Amino acid sequence: MTLNRRLFLGTSIAAAGGLAVPMVRAQGKPRVVVVGGGAGGATAARYIAKDSKGAIDVTLIEPSRTYYTCFFSNLYIGGLRDLQSIAHSYGTLASKFGINVVHDWVISVDRDAKTVSLASGGSLPYDRLILSPGIDFIEDSVPGWSVESQNAMPHAYKGGSQTELLKAQIEAMPQGGTFAMIAPPNPYRCPPGPYERVSMIAHKLKAENPTAKILILDPKEAFSKQALFVEGWQTHYPGMIERIGPDFGGGNVSVNPEEMTVDIDGDVQKVDVCNVIPAQKAGQIAEAAGLTDGNWAPVNPTDLSSSMDENIHVLGDAAAQGAMPKSGFAANSQAKVCANAVGGALTGSTVFPARFSNTCWSLIDTDDGVKVGASYEAGESEIVAIDSFISQTNETAEVREETYEESVGWYQAITEDMFGKA
Amino acid sequence: MPSRPIYLTLLTGTLLAGPVGAQGGDGQALYRECIACHQIGPDSENSVGPHLNDLIGRLAAGVEGYPYSKAMSAAGAAGMVWTKDTLDAFLTNPMDMLPHTSMGYRGMPDPQDRATLIAFLATGPDDATAEATFNVAPEILALQGDLAYGEYLSGDCTACHARGTDDGIPSISGLSRDAFVTLMQAYKQGAVTHPVMTMMAGRLSNEEIAALAAYFESVD
Ligand SMILES: Cc1cc2nc3c(=O)[nH]c(=O)nc-3n(C[C@H](O)[C@H](O)[C@H](O)COP(=O)(O)OP(=O)(O)OC[C@H]3O[C@@H](n4cnc5c(N)ncnc54)[C@H](O)[C@@H]3O)c2cc1C
Ligand code: HEC
Ligand code: HEC
Repeated sequence: MTLNRRLFLGTSIAAAGGLAVPMVRAQGKPRVVVVGGGAGGATAARYIAKDSKGAIDVTLIEPSRTYYTCFFSNLYIGGLRDLQSIAHSYGTLASKFGINVVHDWVISVDRDAKTVSLASGGSLPYDRLILSPGIDFIEDSVPGWSVESQNAMPHAYKGGSQTELLKAQIEAMPQGGTFAMIAPPNPYRCPPGPYERVSMIAHKLKAENPTAKILILDPKEAFSKQALFVEGWQTHYPGMIERIGPDFGGGNVSVNPEEMTVDIDGDVQKVDVCNVIPAQKAGQIAEAAGLTDGNWAPVNPTDLSSSMDENIHVLGDAAAQGAMPKSGFAANSQAKVCANAVGGALTGSTVFPARFSNTCWSLIDTDDGVKVGASYEAGESEIVAIDSFISQTNETAEVREETYEESVGWYQAITEDMFGKA
Repeated sequence: MPSRPIYLTLLTGTLLAGPVGAQGGDGQALYRECIACHQIGPDSENSVGPHLNDLIGRLAAGVEGYPYSKAMSAAGAAGMVWTKDTLDAFLTNPMDMLPHTSMGYRGMPDPQDRATLIAFLATGPDDATAEATFNVAPEILALQGDLAYGEYLSGDCTACHARGTDDGIPSISGLSRDAFVTLMQAYKQGAVTHPVMTMMAGRLSNEEIAALAAYFESVD
């Protein structure tokens, strides 16, 4: 059981603060260090800074000056958004919220000394550490592929240059060529992501290269929103997309990046573009800090604190938290619960009960959006779902268009929630 | 990007399936956009907005006992009467026609929809459909919400509701408490349905809705 679990006393909200034991510090403000300026980290940093009104010293460490969201990166590949529209900077977090933004890479965590070391050589002390490092890839999960071959066979599963590369490769495909995607096994970042990507690539190819083929090699029996995607593919892209599941060898695939070939259960095929999305694990720093069990970092559902270290919280894709999918929406939702708990621990501010939600939209074709979502709460040992919904097959074009427009509203809102409104 | 208020358009699709009168059908469905704030038909009373019985020919701000905004009262004092034309202009975008009106509704851009709705307002609802009014119990509207709790709970909303833009998802910042509570209760009680909001409102207690209302009224 968690030591730092705080009880919430019914509707008399003010009472809850009584259980919190504020950090007593000899000097200076309590310090929070956040590693990773993505959906989880940027949100956590902003909420802690905003809610503590300067009482907590917040440092955000992120190597990139520009964060390219993975969300809507498929729309960029499909030609429905430009790159600039999915790029975000950290300027407002620094100027408006007083966050100390450090562009550096954390190489290790000393949990006893409560410090993190930076690639540039320095080290920073923390009272609470928040890790939201996203994902890394499991080596050899697709035989023949390694991170060194990512220029020949991009994953495009971290934002930015990889996404640009994949788009450029698709544009350079010969007429009638073949695009292959190697889909990842569960669990992975953004369950509908690969299939939305296929949809957006089909959208692009339909206009630019209509005789091209798309081949999905999938180790999973079933995938997120499958009925909706399959229906949409039949309607919009008949005959273009073929998916080979595990029953037909989709789970026994290796690649040769030099030859640009894919070996599907012994059948070697030449392809023009190959998008390899390997099996995934928590961003490497979580493992380096000794916070992982298997591939992910287990956390307590009430405040996302690590099961291994109560002064460290792990958010977003890297966390093993229970029922929430690995999505930007989920990371943002977890970050707000974590921020509230960290504020309570360090300044004695009121801690409210954890509540989470998620919605993932996917675009199948222009104005044909679908969504799936759920609400969650903290269960005994992990986050559990309370309620959920999903788009239906056969919805009217009007409903689908509104669903897409909602996703545009969401993108605007969540990126402002992460980075602040300039 | 169309800045159509999605809140309402979806309803058309969802609610047409319900038991609607033979000819009032489309108008009644469009009236769903008003239902959270206005009652119409027998026994109607003022709620968030004034009742809309006998609207055509009525003087603006003409319902006794309803606390109109200065803007609406001034229009009435100047002799503005609700006709098909004035309603058409008002419903296109209330804030454009009457800056500072307290009607927190973004407007109905489609002229055909407006004409259908106005025809419905002129005849009133079918007797067969008692569901043309939605009413929040006064004790629920009277609940005092906790601002700090509301601010925390708003974290569950801000991933979708941006401030100051209605693009794709309506802005909810600055909504009056009554309008906010009524809209949330309408989702919670199923008078208005939308997959996301039905789920979000469904998990909130009346006290939590009051807390959110207090918070969102306080931000602009
Ligand atoms: C194609 C695609 C489509 C998607 N679509 C959606 C969608 O529609 N909706 C949705 O909700 N989600 C979507 N997602 C998922 C979403 O992008 C992730 O779930 C989300 O970004 C996770 O947030 P995070 O904070 O865990 O990690 P990230 O957002 O990846 O942030 C991690 C950050 O940490 C930094 N970092 C890592 N290690 C270190 C270190 N040692 N030191 C310093 N910094 C470090 C990285 O540079 C990175 O910026 C999509 C993902 C993909 C790939
Ligand atoms: C996943 C996205 C999402 C989340 C999260 C969300 N909303 Fe909404 N909300 C919407 C959409 C979409 C609509 C328009 C619904 C419709 O068409 O009926 C809406 C409509 C509303 C409305 C009606 C606004 C109007 O003027 O018509 C209110 C009030 C509202 N939401 C409040 C909230 C509150 C409070 C929360 C948090 C507890 C919340 N929403 C969370 C997407 C969301
Ligand atoms: C969010 C709540 C809300 C919604 C939704 C709403 N209204 Fe209103 N309405 C009000 C309020 C509040 C007033 C009083 C305005 C004022 O005093 O400025 C008002 C005033 C009016 C008036 C003027 C009445 C009078 O007595 O002068 C009309 C007409 C009207 N609304 C029609 C509609 C119609 C039709 C719809 C649906 C398409 C609608 N409203 C949707 C809240 C709402």
